[in-house]
Amino acid sequence: MSRAVEASNRAMLRARDAMDRSYADPLDIPALARIAHVSEAHFVRTFRTTFGETPHRYLQRRRIERAMYLLVQTEQDVTDICFAVGFSSLGTFSRTFRQIVGESPTEYRRRKAPVDVPTCFTKAWTRPSSFG
Amino acid sequence: MTLNALTRSSIYVLDQDEALDFYVGKLGLEVNTDVDLGFMRWLTVNVPGDKGREILLEKPGAPALDPATAEQVRELLSKGAMGGWLCITTDDAHKTYETLVAKGVEITDEPTEKPYGIDFGIRDPFGNKIRIGQMRES
Repeated sequence: MSRAVEASNRAMLRARDAMDRSYADPLDIPALARIAHVSEAHFVRTFRTTFGETPHRYLQRRRIERAMYLLVQTEQDVTDICFAVGFSSLGTFSRTFRQIVGESPTEYRRRKAPVDVPTCFTKAWTRPSSFG
Repeated sequence: MTLNALTRSSIYVLDQDEALDFYVGKLGLEVNTDVDLGFMRWLTVNVPGDKGREILLEKPGAPALDPATAEQVRELLSKGAMGGWLCITTDDAHKTYETLVAKGVEITDEPTEKPYGIDFGIRDPFGNKIRIGQMRES
């Protein structure tokens, strides 16, 4: 592997970190491509090659992971959580949540107990998988 | 048998000079040992005043790893998947955060209140994640 691939990986990671920070904002491919210093088309293609999923799918999982956290750790209602994590429609949120997690937000909340470990681990390990 | 201390741990870095600039120049850790052993550069740092707990900043490569494996490690590290992780405490999370932002350190999480204290996340130049926390006194 060339040093250029390492630099590309690192740039993609920098853009993914930016998505992690601003997960509730709309997906802004032009801004992410600028962070990675590549064109928009190149960004989407390279992100997928690097991380195994599209930026859109990654952001969905990030938002659902945050929703899962808020459902368990807070008493906010589902609609508030839906908007807080960046969805603009409760229908889309519920459908996406069920598709990724396998149950509804309410069912998930009822079943889970809070956990207390450093954030980066809950962020990484409670994120629903795209990979089976 | 009783184990009594964690004294040394290791994370991979892609460039030890750049690692020194980041971990010492930006984070403010101290160089514990920096010596050329011939077969490797033994570079360790520690939190100021805590010389008994060293972090080895190790460069993946031959002969410890065969070239192909070293390339795999470098690839995983640069995409943030290597698993190296440090958790460092501070007496003032917000002030440390401001200082590191001013130094251009990459922030992954803003400071937030947690049950265990206030913490935030950063990333080193190579892809390792680091958390810096002001822990609540229990």
